[in-house]
Amino acid sequence: MALAKAFDEMTGPGDLPAGGPVRDAYDTLKAWLDKTPPEHFNTRRSQAEMLFRRIGITFAVYGSNDSTERLIPFDIIPRVLTKPEWDFLERGLKQRVTALNMFLNDIYGAEECIKAGVIPADLVYRNQHYQMEMRSFRVPHDLYVHIAGIDIVRTGEKDFFVLEDNARTPSGVSYMLENREVMLRLFPELFSRHRVAPVENYPDALLATLRSLAPQSASRDPTVVLLTPGRYNSAFYEHSFLADKLGVELVEAGDLFTKDDVVYMRTTEGPRRVDVIYRRLDDAFLDPLVFRPDSVLGVPGLMNAYERGNVTLSNAVGTGISDDKAVYSYMPEIVKFFTGEEPILHNVPTYRCREKESFSYVMDNLKDLVVKEVNGSGGYGMLVGPHATRREIEEFGKRLRHAPDGFIAQPTLSLSTCPTFVASGVAPRHVDLRPFVLAGADEIRIVPGGLTRVALKEGSLVVNSSQGGGTKDTWVLDA
Amino acid sequence: MLSRTADNLYWLSRYAERADFVARILDAAHRLAALPSSYGGRASNEWASALESTGDTDEFKKHYDAVNEHTVCDFLAFSRHNPSSIRSCIETARENARSIRTALTTEMWDAINGAWLELRSYEGRELSRDEFSQFLDWVKQVSLAFDGSAYRTMLRNDGYWFTRLGMAIERADNTARILDVKYQILLPASEKVGGSLDYFQWTTILREVSAFNAYHWVYRESIKPVLVADLLIFNRQMPRSLTNCVGILMEHLDLIADSYGRRGESQRLASNLRSYLHNADIDRIFASGLHEFIEAFIGENNKLGAAISDQYLV
Repeated sequence: MALAKAFDEMTGPGDLPAGGPVRDAYDTLKAWLDKTPPEHFNTRRSQAEMLFRRIGITFAVYGSNDSTERLIPFDIIPRVLTKPEWDFLERGLKQRVTALNMFLNDIYGAEECIKAGVIPADLVYRNQHYQMEMRSFRVPHDLYVHIAGIDIVRTGEKDFFVLEDNARTPSGVSYMLENREVMLRLFPELFSRHRVAPVENYPDALLATLRSLAPQSASRDPTVVLLTPGRYNSAFYEHSFLADKLGVELVEAGDLFTKDDVVYMRTTEGPRRVDVIYRRLDDAFLDPLVFRPDSVLGVPGLMNAYERGNVTLSNAVGTGISDDKAVYSYMPEIVKFFTGEEPILHNVPTYRCREKESFSYVMDNLKDLVVKEVNGSGGYGMLVGPHATRREIEEFGKRLRHAPDGFIAQPTLSLSTCPTFVASGVAPRHVDLRPFVLAGADEIRIVPGGLTRVALKEGSLVVNSSQGGGTKDTWVLDA
Repeated sequence: MLSRTADNLYWLSRYAERADFVARILDAAHRLAALPSSYGGRASNEWASALESTGDTDEFKKHYDAVNEHTVCDFLAFSRHNPSSIRSCIETARENARSIRTALTTEMWDAINGAWLELRSYEGRELSRDEFSQFLDWVKQVSLAFDGSAYRTMLRNDGYWFTRLGMAIERADNTARILDVKYQILLPASEKVGGSLDYFQWTTILREVSAFNAYHWVYRESIKPVLVADLLIFNRQMPRSLTNCVGILMEHLDLIADSYGRRGESQRLASNLRSYLHNADIDRIFASGLHEFIEAFIGENNKLGAAISDQYLV
């Protein structure tokens, strides 16, 4: 089934004759695209690739043999947002992350939202990401989500939707930063003709956020570290990049130990106390004494130190529940319940397959829907109905019938497109946007923009880098 | 700094140094094996001795039936079963480098990452003698580029000092191993055999530590075994001599101790090792037992390595 022509970030809705008007934000960019000879793009593109290789930005793709280290394709045509568009998104993001924090604090504490029937109890308590350990104590500053990546899609001039909340260990911010650096080097003249809001202060904002979250017992100059699963992790490049920009130690579990419920790192000058751990390790691996006993990536005793209030884990343990796509479907009610406001950012309409009526509807309309696992991520294990073969739909239907609780379905959204440099020249490709929201004890910080991901295959709606997606620099025009 | 970071820097440097050493051993063995038997070639088993200086003989026996040029070159240059093969050295060095990218300068990373990428062009095919020789030259270049980039670009702080410790411990061990394997041919007993045969064995030792030209500049006389041993053990001008390696160890352990405000076991052991060399004398060693002297040095050097590890790297 062919989708209706998507909203285009440059030309707006519908088909436009060549050379026709473009949206204001793209005026200058369009003129530049028109007058730049294609060879020039090619040269710049190979220069960009060389820069990335030299910096060593790579991304490991699980399950592929030859390419343990691979570059994520970078597209040199930026995606542009206007100031009013961004202001709107920023307000919505702040509201959403505030609500997420209140929600998490509540389900591990007073449970008001469950008592009030905002969300079904079993969806919370029987969720694999609900961590019983978190009920027995309060996390520092009552904040659970400190670093969130909220995936946003656009379908029209004013139609933005939240597609997913990533509140565990969202990645991609290093690409946001490096994409801008590469663009600044390759196209200085383009920047002199636009007023693009900078993103380079992200590491400072992140460090300020992490320091604000230090536990009461920490010194006034708290020690922050970044905990990585190690160099075989797909996002290891990003971990090492961020640690370097933050000026904090990049630690593996073996570098940390606990004594008397305090966390220390092993240094050449002896043990040094650690106050805040920006961990890029899933809950299940954090502490083999509490979670998976076979985890060699974790630190024995870490959870005790955490419960005693001697260390802050960022994000807190137990935030995974808000990544759950069935929980996501309740976000409009959750936002209203906790903030008393109407949600600024809307959800994509979602059918919960755990509900009988929705389930039959989904089964009858698989070919038109996108079906996702509630715990899935990275674009794995999903069905894009309009692009699937009859056989794929049948197979997926079987899985769905077998465990309906594990799935949700959404209408196939016509994601906005953005001009992208491809083999045949400049052509529209579908994009999404992942802004990074930093919630500290003092304030919520968001650098303007985020990571724009682009599905490089014509017509494809899957933007994940593990599925052949690329990235673009994202511009917010300031005035 | 994190102990693991220091550990990675230390081992990265050790493996870069070791790759160079293995390449030199193979190069010298090729030269010697190519000589007519009346000059010491072929008759002597240079391949067994190359294996002994650099590798794990027991591991070798698990994978090969015979000791010859083909098997030894394969084991020392490319085998995955040999943790000290050139390939393993480069791969291990690069793994260490990758986990501490931000502690390295771009130049160091380029040197080791570039080597790792280029290594692939030599792997998994039969190399002709010429190609193998080019390969060995390339390995020496890699070590030079790595060491040079560390020397020229790193901040002079504990990170740099740990790379020097790794390099010096490894180098001392390598020089001592050559002496340990070849001591018979240096001893007076074998001098009776005399003549050309031993001469080429001695020059081989010099080539293995890249000191063939240096020897003449230092001693200004024809090659004598006692002077070869003196050059490798005691000579301060000689970069790979034991005395010089221990000097580098002392210097950098002192810098670390001063910076951290604390001395420990490794400073004590390094000081002992220096006294051990300082109080020895080449003529007495030749009379009383070169083998025992070198074995004792290797033991002490290993102990020092373990002490550095205990004190700083874990």
